[in-house]
Amino acid sequence: MSVRFGARPCLALAAVACILLDFAAAGAAAEIPLAERRSGYDFMGRETRMMQDDDATNPGMLWVFDGEALWNRKAGSAGRACSDCHGDARASMKGVSARYPAFDAARGRPVNLEQRINACRTERQKAPPLAFESRDLLALTAYVARQSRGLPIDIAIDERTRPFLDAGRETFYRRQGQLNLACTLCHNDNWGAKLAGNPIPQAHPTGYPLYRLEWQGLGSLQRRLRNCFVGIRAEPYAYGAPEFVDLELYLMWRARGMKIETPAVRP
Amino acid sequence: MARAVVSLPAQAKRGEIIEIKTMAAHAMETGFRRTQLGELIPRDIIRRFVCAYNGAEIFRVDLHPAVAANPLIAFTTVATESGTIAFQWVGDNGYAVTETTSIRVE
Repeated sequence: MSVRFGARPCLALAAVACILLDFAAAGAAAEIPLAERRSGYDFMGRETRMMQDDDATNPGMLWVFDGEALWNRKAGSAGRACSDCHGDARASMKGVSARYPAFDAARGRPVNLEQRINACRTERQKAPPLAFESRDLLALTAYVARQSRGLPIDIAIDERTRPFLDAGRETFYRRQGQLNLACTLCHNDNWGAKLAGNPIPQAHPTGYPLYRLEWQGLGSLQRRLRNCFVGIRAEPYAYGAPEFVDLELYLMWRARGMKIETPAVRP
Repeated sequence: MARAVVSLPAQAKRGEIIEIKTMAAHAMETGFRRTQLGELIPRDIIRRFVCAYNGAEIFRVDLHPAVAANPLIAFTTVATESGTIAFQWVGDNGYAVTETTSIRVE
């Protein structure tokens, strides 16, 4: 009897130690190996994939065409269009979205593509910034990002951007919200499983801004992040918040080498 | 602004079946949704889509509130002769968009 009583706490302790070890290991090793990464495209049905692949049926192209018109339209008190400085976006914007979020020396931190476009508007065109998720900003972003379709994501991390990458990674691994969930628990540990009948993707932001059938429209990565935050019942950051940009930076770095699909279509 | 996008082959053989794909930028507001204050959002949808080949109607769709935003309509026709193919979308609140493309049939 005494032996059994003595053994029980030991077993319990060992079990706790095992669980703690598991969590420690999970935190460090849960990252998906580079070769096993898959775009959200691979989790979609055949019809949705066909919709994305054909520009004639990809509804995101409606925004891209709008963006092309905005690119060539003069705006602001400077009376300049994007094309007056940057010329033909097909050449000048090729590969640009694959490098964003990128470090902005003036702000001393990374900015995403939307913020870069708005900085150009306010500083060079002397025009008011476009609101996040407005049709015009999404259209311009989609048009610029479309020029990088098929190119590998190329996020350069150096001493200046590393602290922001680490902050983004910390957000990805931090449990939060009323459901006390971290991004990693679904997107690293349980990708491929089902959540409410839908496959859980690996959360690689390869196609933003993208057309979500659920939204019936185009949306940015931050809109998608807000969805996830609300899903785990955490309070989302405001559009353009530094925490969101850091998380974007981490997610894009995590998807480095994967091909840009903008404008993607997702269910 | 891109209000509609039409895609079809620029040329075809006589008698060939060609596929025509069209997308119109439209929110297709059903008229059943309410704002957060409980006010009904008025209906605003495309009601009708018509395609005419050299002036003759070859395809028509009546759209209803359950149709998704940015309706994608794809259909086929037989390439009979060279000419123009005209597309027209008509909807609530005076919405009217027309697109015209030409096709060469050999």
